[in-house]
Formats: sequence, C-alpha cells, structure tokens
Amino acid sequence: MAKSVEEVAEAMFNMVKDAAGQKKLKPMDLTKNVMQLFGDEVDKQICKEAIKQLINSGRCVYTYFGGSYVELPHREGAAND
Amino acid sequence: MADNLPQTPLLNELEKGAWPSFVKEIKMAAKRSPMCRDLLGQLEQSYREKIGYWKHGGIVGVMGYGGGVIGRYSALPDKYPGISHFHTMRINQPAGWFYTSKALRSICDIWEKHGSGLTNMHGSTGDIILLGTTTAHLEPTFAELAKIDFDIGGSGSDLRTPSCCCGMARCEWACYDTMALTYDLTMHYQDELHRPAFPYKFKFKMSGCPNDCVASIARADMSIIGTWRDDIQVDQEAVREYAKRGMDITSDVVNNCPSKCMDWDGKELHIENSFCVRCMHCINVMPKALRPGKDRGATILIGAKAPIIEGAMLSSVLFPFIKIEPPYTQIKNTVDKIWDLWCEEGKNRERVGEFIQRVGLGNFLEAIDVEPVPEMVAHPRENPYVFYEEYFEEGDDEEEEEES
Repeated sequence: MAKSVEEVAEAMFNMVKDAAGQKKLKPMDLTKNVMQLFGDEVDKQICKEAIKQLINSGRCVYTYFGGSYVELPHREGAAND
Repeated sequence: MADNLPQTPLLNELEKGAWPSFVKEIKMAAKRSPMCRDLLGQLEQSYREKIGYWKHGGIVGVMGYGGGVIGRYSALPDKYPGISHFHTMRINQPAGWFYTSKALRSICDIWEKHGSGLTNMHGSTGDIILLGTTTAHLEPTFAELAKIDFDIGGSGSDLRTPSCCCGMARCEWACYDTMALTYDLTMHYQDELHRPAFPYKFKFKMSGCPNDCVASIARADMSIIGTWRDDIQVDQEAVREYAKRGMDITSDVVNNCPSKCMDWDGKELHIENSFCVRCMHCINVMPKALRPGKDRGATILIGAKAPIIEGAMLSSVLFPFIKIEPPYTQIKNTVDKIWDLWCEEGKNRERVGEFIQRVGLGNFLEAIDVEPVPEMVAHPRENPYVFYEEYFEEGDDEEEEEES
C-alpha cells in the first residue's frame, strides 16, 4: 500500500534527526533512503511533497554549506547576536 | 552626517579614473546609511590588512525557500555593528531586464527601508542583487517585494534564476523569443528554483543569436542559443554600398570568416552556406547587407561552467537545431530526463558538465534517449563516439578466433 506524504515526511524527519551533528543529508539522500526503506510504496513525487511539507512546517530547514542540505533548525555557527 | 565617514585612503584610490566606482557609490549611500559607513570602515581595514572579514552564513532565508538569500556576517561585529548582519538577497529579474521606473523606485524604496540601500543591477547570475540586510528584515523585505510582484531568485544547489538577452525586444538578430522562453521556464520550474534538490547548481541562459550576449556557452549548464538552418540573407546592393563607402570586403569580412565559406569578386558576395558555422562575424560587420536566415530556432548546448571544483568548461552541442515554440515540450522533456539522471547518479557538488565528463557522453546520451549526431563532437579525433556494440554482436570474438 502506498505511503502517505505524512508518513514519508515523518520517516525523513527521523533520518534528519538521527543524522544531526554527524552527517548532512541532501534532499536526494532523503529520497533515496526513503525509497530504500519503503520500496514500491513510495515514488519520487511523494518524496518531493514530503520534503516540501517538512520545510513549510518549519520542522526542517534548508541550509547551504558548499551544497544545499536539509537539517533541523539550529543556531547558525557564524551568526552574530 | 557626511563628516562621520571613516577615513579610507586606500579605497579612495579606487575612485580615481574615468570609470564608475563602487567606492563612490557606497560613500554616497553612507551619507544616509549607518550600514554603509561601517561597510566602508571594514572594507578599508580589509584592504589595509589584506584580510577578508566576512563570515558566510548557511541557514538564513525566508520560510519555505531554500535559495535566494546568501547569509553574511561581519567578523568584527563590535567594531562595525552596522554590518554585524549583512545578508545578500537575490531577486528574480524580469526577462531581458526591462523595468518601469515605478518598479525600480519601489524596489529601491523597499531596500532603503529594510536594507543598506545598496544594489547591484545586475549580478553575474542576472538577478537583482540587494546587498546588506539583517536576519530580522528578510521576511518583511520578501513580503513587500511579493506585493509588487517580485520573487526571490535561486542560490545553492537549485535551478538558478533563468536569464536571457533582450532578444526580440530590441535586437534584430534574435532567432527566437528569448524572453518568452525565459519567463516560461521560470514559471514552469518554480519548485526547482526555490527548493534545492540537485547535486549542485543548474543554470539556463538564453541567447537569441550566436553572438551570445549573455555568454551562455561559457556559463550555463544548458545554453539555448538562437541560430538558423537555411541560408544567410544577402542584399548584394547593400554589400556593394559598403564597398563603395570604403570597406575592404575581402580583408574585413571574407578573410575573417573562420570557415572560409565566402568569396567577394568585387561585385557579388558568394556564401557557401553549407560551410557556414554561424559565427555572426560577417553579419556583425555588414548589418545592413546580411541577415540570419529565415528558418530560425536554436542550438541546445550542455555542460558549461566556471572553474570552481574542476576547470572552466564550455558547453557542447546536445541538439544542433530545434524550433523554439511554446509550449517548449522538447526542451522540458529533455531537461526532466537530464535532471532525473543527474540527481540519481551525480555526486555532491558535481555540475552536469562534469557529470557527463565522468560517465561519458555516449552513456549520458543513451540514458536520456538522445541519438548521437556528428555536431556533438567537441574535439575531433578525441571523442568519436563510435558505439562498437552496434558492429560487434555477441559471439563475434569466437568466430574470429575460429577463423584464425
């Protein structure tokens, strides 16, 4: 049975959370990991929607450090108060 | 307030000469903006000490968007508090960079209210660059720009803001409507522009003719350059008029043709169009006498980039000629296939040109279902794209061994 956008978003959020501080994940990393996890139950479009939901809800943010990544919101290292 | 400007003996050197000076502009803005005063101070210190005092931010942006804001902080915030935050915003420019004066005034008003007031019209990406604001002002700026129908452009690993020459709006050589295509691609790929999902950046640049005024062949991952496939239009009477007025047709036109496809007998200019490589030289020299052909479209090229990870690359031909007409289905289908493949197989920070170099053009073409043609050969004798599997079937080796 196909996974819902919410289920995929939750799985992606957990991946981002688990990787926090160790590895930065790109949107395509999340897509590939989720497709490996759920197999035929997900497609690229659902993954795209799930990332959109994570970002729009503020649970995750896009970051840029040489490339673009999806991370948990956190204080910027370079930021001045 | 002008008396409070910092002393900048080194920067003052950059005001000398007949050319425009960014120092002069910052000084003018500094009369009203504390941000610009501190900017002058930090810049002078950087020139004096030969050290850059900027820190790069990687998180700041507006809600829901992954690009368009480049975070920047001063490394000397106590000394220069005005530029403690000094983020850049990239704003999607109108195709061809046409504005009403009202639109320009509105952008400037918004930026004086929320930022330093400094702009760069336009950045090398083609965007309107708004230089210097604080994190707290990003969302209000975005909201006010949205009210006057401007949106943020691309940055990071996403589709960068598509950009084009002024095309048919002002240029008689435009072989297709660059502005229409740019607008269409921008609207069609909004998700890809605002939500970075690629291995690295991807740029479209549209040039209306082979003069390539936006230098797409050197900068764009996909260059769409106008061309024609019939004969150059020649007005022989006008050619004779150029000669009569003193132009040396043989020296200035014929001898400068890179493919030596033309000849001038003193009365008529003869062009062997099958040898013409569309360099535009003759047309540029004699614009009243020569024009591009009537059967117009574009050449699609792929893979250019400036040197960041690897060296600079020029784009090479993907489609020698296609008609550029709405709804641009062929371009969009090809782009979708390229992105699918590149996103799946591309390495982090690998531009599409580097990806093609790594996997080989033959494999790339096969994966995106494009037939190889001779025009794709970038360097003769280096990459002939001979697909041997078409000539040697399984078992051929055994037969050869048996025969010997």
